[in-house]
Amino acid sequence: MSEGRLVQVNLPSELGYEKVAMSTAASVAKLMGFSQDRIDDLKTAVAEACINAMEHGNELNSALSVGVVLSTSVDQLEVRVIDEGAGLSAAPPTPDIDLKISGEQDPRGLGMFLIQSLVDEAEWYKGPPGKSYVRLVIRLNKEEC
Amino acid sequence: MQASTKVTQRRALAASGHEVTILAFAGDISSASKEAILGAYQALDGAAGKVLLNFAGVEYINSSGIAIIIQVLLEAQKAGSRSIGIFGLSAHFQKVFTMVGITKYAALYPDETASLAVL
Repeated sequence: MSEGRLVQVNLPSELGYEKVAMSTAASVAKLMGFSQDRIDDLKTAVAEACINAMEHGNELNSALSVGVVLSTSVDQLEVRVIDEGAGLSAAPPTPDIDLKISGEQDPRGLGMFLIQSLVDEAEWYKGPPGKSYVRLVIRLNKEEC
Repeated sequence: MQASTKVTQRRALAASGHEVTILAFAGDISSASKEAILGAYQALDGAAGKVLLNFAGVEYINSSGIAIIIQVLLEAQKAGSRSIGIFGLSAHFQKVFTMVGITKYAALYPDETASLAVL
């Protein structure tokens, strides 16, 4: 696959449509030569980023879109998931399974943790409406290049 | 537009001679699965001491779905004497469940045979 390619998908803010972004990201990563386990990591991270954008950014308003922009380079795939909200105001607490099982922490709130754990870079950018996004990067290993 | 979760229940005999209840999930596990999964779990006979969750038929799990599994574990902890095991997860979701810490409260097995052999 040639470097410097751009693939863009727009999703309605309706839960379930994150799977369209997952499939697209998986197809691009496969073309780039990523291993299946890295593709699985990317799929989960992209799905969680889209769910966050739909739920928190666009407040599940199906009239608002979530943009997913995939950019390839020779050794990495960058994914930007853009919503029309005001951006992340505060990060959720780090998930603690003991607190969740004891009922002291909401069982939810795992999305950001999974994203950060599964990709090489994850950054949240706060901007005016339509400009807030999360940027994810996965890098090809030397063996995959 | 979330896909649904199908839950089926059956019983099996472990190598130890204990009866085990197996809840098998199929389809997607997401925020839309709460009623199907928690409802099936809460409807179990109170005497069921060992419960296995079978993920072999699951095509997609997201963080909201994992949160529902955590709620099942929370209820099992409240019940005190009930143990939960999990099998049928893909290698990726075995990794994710381990990352989240679920393995502290539920043993992961590769398949039904392996789980029944040790229960």
